[in-house]
Amino acid sequence: MNDRSASTTLLQLTAVLVCAVALAATLGFLKVSIPDVLSILFARLTQQPLPAGIDPIAATVVADIRMPRILAAVLVGGMLGVSGAIFQAILLNPLADSYTLGISTGAAFGASLVIVLQIFGLVLPPVVSVPIFAFGGAIGTLALVLYLASGDRRLSSTSLILAGVIVAAILSAAIGFLKFLADEQVGIIIFWLMGSLSGASWQNILLLTPTALLGVLVALFYSRDLNIMATGDRAATSLGVHTVRLRTTLLTTGTLLTALAVSVSGIIGFVGLIVPHMLRHMVGPDNRRLIPLSFFTGGLLLLFADTLTRAILPVEVPIGVLTALLGGPFFCILFKKRQKDGTTAF
Amino acid sequence: MARPLSEQDTDRLWSLHEVSFGYGTTPVLHKVSLELRPGSCYGILGPNGSGKTTLLDLLSGLLMPQSGTIEFKGRPLHSWPKKQLAQRLALVPQDFMVRFGYSVREVVEMGLHPHLHRFAAPSEKDQALIDEVLRVTGITTLADRPVTRLSGGEKQRVAVARALAQQPTVLLLDEATSNLDIHHSLEILQLIRQRFEQQGMQVIAVMHDLNLASFFCDHLIFLKQGQVVCQGPTDEALTPETIAAVYGVEAEVTPNTFTNCRQVSFRLPVNP
Repeated sequence: MNDRSASTTLLQLTAVLVCAVALAATLGFLKVSIPDVLSILFARLTQQPLPAGIDPIAATVVADIRMPRILAAVLVGGMLGVSGAIFQAILLNPLADSYTLGISTGAAFGASLVIVLQIFGLVLPPVVSVPIFAFGGAIGTLALVLYLASGDRRLSSTSLILAGVIVAAILSAAIGFLKFLADEQVGIIIFWLMGSLSGASWQNILLLTPTALLGVLVALFYSRDLNIMATGDRAATSLGVHTVRLRTTLLTTGTLLTALAVSVSGIIGFVGLIVPHMLRHMVGPDNRRLIPLSFFTGGLLLLFADTLTRAILPVEVPIGVLTALLGGPFFCILFKKRQKDGTTAF
Repeated sequence: MARPLSEQDTDRLWSLHEVSFGYGTTPVLHKVSLELRPGSCYGILGPNGSGKTTLLDLLSGLLMPQSGTIEFKGRPLHSWPKKQLAQRLALVPQDFMVRFGYSVREVVEMGLHPHLHRFAAPSEKDQALIDEVLRVTGITTLADRPVTRLSGGEKQRVAVARALAQQPTVLLLDEATSNLDIHHSLEILQLIRQRFEQQGMQVIAVMHDLNLASFFCDHLIFLKQGQVVCQGPTDEALTPETIAAVYGVEAEVTPNTFTNCRQVSFRLPVNP
């Protein structure tokens, strides 16, 4: 892909995303037209008074409630998509995502722990919040997995996956125990574990935007090295790739993206798995394309799912459930189709 | 086969001094000292588990010796920046496995990695180089195919093409033709031999087949249980005595007018 066509594609995708965001902002209990949405946002951004004829309630709903949630959906979806692409490339496994190394499970454990402590009526300092513990749980899990896998000095994908599976199994059991302790109030944990973007605020957006940008840039910076990793460690080293350093750097990047996304939205599965996987079939495995495309596709997918549950479905279905219900059957179709084409090798 | 044209360049490529290496508590190489000079195609031979591949990994800098020193071109191997080393050394592994369906051309282009800036696209000259290595390895027609769908032999030719695209000073072969049929083995070895003779690309090859080694190499190094048992020019080193000592088989080594090199026949000792 040459530079010109790359930037054209990028512009087109940005345009699609902007349209999708504007469209999503019109939908909901209160219908607002696209021109009204644009004038509200324009007025807010330029600190101008609202033009006459626009309902001030609509303005508040669009600017303070819908926009942060919509942008959070795009950013969280994009971050999950990119982190999935990173995990798949590093672990040499097209079915890997942040669950494979237990990262998401670690975040879930951190969050459940705080929720249970709150249920027991412990007065916790404000620093001990669910998002911060979810974030810490994810980072702590990565540290543990890296420590366990470090006996193998090359930090091979096999050792990493094995360490991740063990840590995830322990954490799952621990989450089960916390749910048991929560007893009748287990619903609070379950609600968080199924993910929701309903609490997203502008502060979240201020936190997510730089992280998303940084994560995508780091992944892009190393994208050619990531491609070479697909040909095995020995071959990659002989091409001058620092395999251990690359793995550590990118696993940390992928974990940061997941951890921050999860701390805002709760656990949302399937986006990180299916988005890069599906794109690989459509545009090939070159990470220089895959990583930016994963961001846009992940963002669009989660925006679609969130708008569906927020504005179209009669009841708000937890977004984590919705992504799995939408993505799962799609994945099955893709899988069967590949078998029919005679290529089971994913 | 003809000797390379440029013999005057006698700088050492590698010097190994009492190099030892082991995995965990299992020793693999024990106090190996070697000098490898330009101008000869080297063959590293020995039974399974004798440390051939480990020696190659030490030469390429993938492994660090646990004791002893390795110098490459007069400088400690591990003081070489990885990228500079990658501009000089290319490896063809035994089983070239690629995860994900990169096209053959994409995989061969990865060979340019150590020569390209991080965000630079291959120039027209680079593209011409890729076209050329695809042609000489006979995989031009496969260029757009996903590498995951190729046969073992085709994949191995992709690995060779990629190593050639890396334009190395020294090519390291790790039983690179073990999984190929005799026709493709000879084709690849001949191609590499031509590069050696005409362009001065040096070659260090771990090999299994003694007859192919005799055809391909000027200098043989025999390893057994992690030590160098015998080394020297092929005509001197490839003897029934060496083969008996290294592999524990009876052998007959005869000059062959058909292949123009020494050929070996073996049998197990009759009365052990």
